[in-house]
Amino acid sequence: MPFYEHVFLARQDLATAQVDGMADQFTKIIEAGGGKVTKTEYWGLKTIAYRIRKNRKAHYVMFNVEAPATAVAELERNVALNEDVLRYMTIRVDELEAGPSAMMRKHDRERGDRGDRGDRGDRGDRGERGERGERGERRGPRH
Amino acid sequence: MAKPFFRRRKSCPFSGKNAPKIDYKDVRLLGGFVSERGKIVPSRITAVSTKKQRELARAIKRARHIGLLPFLVQ
Repeated sequence: MPFYEHVFLARQDLATAQVDGMADQFTKIIEAGGGKVTKTEYWGLKTIAYRIRKNRKAHYVMFNVEAPATAVAELERNVALNEDVLRYMTIRVDELEAGPSAMMRKHDRERGDRGDRGDRGDRGDRGERGERGERGERRGPRH
Repeated sequence: MAKPFFRRRKSCPFSGKNAPKIDYKDVRLLGGFVSERGKIVPSRITAVSTKKQRELARAIKRARHIGLLPFLVQ
């Protein structure tokens, strides 16, 4: 059976318990279709980068799913019909992550000491943005 | 740094050992490859390899779809 990751965004004014209830409901759909949900992650009430149906925040829930395509299609159909879901996305992956995903790790990192100096490397590269500025100037006097 | 117009060739930040894995959920990682405007930074600036840039672009677009990254920043 293929592996999938499914993320859905629930409306901000729902209680956490209601979101859990929705997650259970969707899990049952997968199980009814002969698959299983190997992991459920609740990312919390997060601020969305842009407004979706007048919501600034949303409850994020992610499933790791191992199920036949028919079960996933049924899940998507139900999620799409649910009015409390703002947005959803299902992605087929080659393998499911066993541990907590990047989203959960990030929270740990922020609390603890910042041992991840690796990320810093990217910042250095961005310094070259200066070059782009020059380009703009050269094109400038054309008004 | 001694020679003014010499710049060391950068290597792809996603190649080599203990390179980060490109994942649409890793907003912190993806955020480094997005401009202040929210646009994907071209690989000639970030030195990401062509293959990894495609993967990265896909991850950024996924993250945008579920509202983790903005489509544009006003």
